[in-house]
Amino acid sequence: MSRVVVDVMPKPEILDPQGKAVLGALPRLGFAGVTDVRQGKRFELEFAGEVTEAVLAEVHEMAETLLSNPVIEYFTVHIEGADQGVVPA
Amino acid sequence: MKIGVVTFPGSLDDVDAQRAVGLGGNEAVALWHGDHDLRGVDAIILPGGFSYGDYLRCGALSRFSPVMTEVIAAAERGMPVLGICNGFQVLCESHLLPGALIRNDHRKFVCRDQRLRIENNRTPWTSAYAEGAEVTIVLKNGEGGFVADEATLDRLEGEGQVLARYLGDNPNGSLRGIAGVTNARGNVVGLMPHPEHAVEDLTGPGTDGLGFFTSLTEGLVESAFA
Repeated sequence: MSRVVVDVMPKPEILDPQGKAVLGALPRLGFAGVTDVRQGKRFELEFAGEVTEAVLAEVHEMAETLLSNPVIEYFTVHIEGADQGVVPA
Repeated sequence: MKIGVVTFPGSLDDVDAQRAVGLGGNEAVALWHGDHDLRGVDAIILPGGFSYGDYLRCGALSRFSPVMTEVIAAAERGMPVLGICNGFQVLCESHLLPGALIRNDHRKFVCRDQRLRIENNRTPWTSAYAEGAEVTIVLKNGEGGFVADEATLDRLEGEGQVLARYLGDNPNGSLRGIAGVTNARGNVVGLMPHPEHAVEDLTGPGTDGLGFFTSLTEGLVESAFA
């Protein structure tokens, strides 16, 4: 079993009203010092076998086609537990 | 003329849209999201609501429903397609229209009678209006903020693809006050406000929305395919 993680975030220039709401709530709860919050989505995709280059390419296609809207969002892909960190989009 | 109205799971205003089509003098044909069949219609309306529960992103899952394969192919051939509210979101997710719709900047659902200016009356859905006509149409949305990059916004304004603009206070943070857009060809139109809720004096703010349903005539549809 292996897991590939896709993180989807609103592009920096896109307003993130949900992130703003969280940012506004933090000081009310006594948490100081946070200057900005951006809220995104995390997808955990499970695969039965090993994550090959072909699987990763397919995950990129999923991310581009369905998991993110490239007009307003960007995404990163990484294999959970892998040392190499983020696979470039 | 036959105008198809698609029902997705979670569509809300499909029946109102069918009724408005009838009041506009055309025949409404119910289309089902799960069918690869447009039932011989001349034009299509994607209605408002919360298709697929707005899961993932508004319109993101509807865009891949079987009927949308046919809608996209028909739109690319020139068939008139109107997306209202959630339907507008579906058209953006389908990349039939530029831009995207995000959560209202003030984070609250908005429901009000909205003043609009019709900026493009050269589409098959807006030809009944005078250019620059100011109308009042119901607006109700949680994710109605129209966004696109600056270059796209400039192009939309330069090419006359801004269909309608909000008058007065911006109700949802839409960039440049954009309430609706059209594709370059002019056959695909998306509008965040709900003209189908402004077609009778008994309910709603008046009949200013009726033009969206009376604009479609045989000649216009033929020229759209030309």
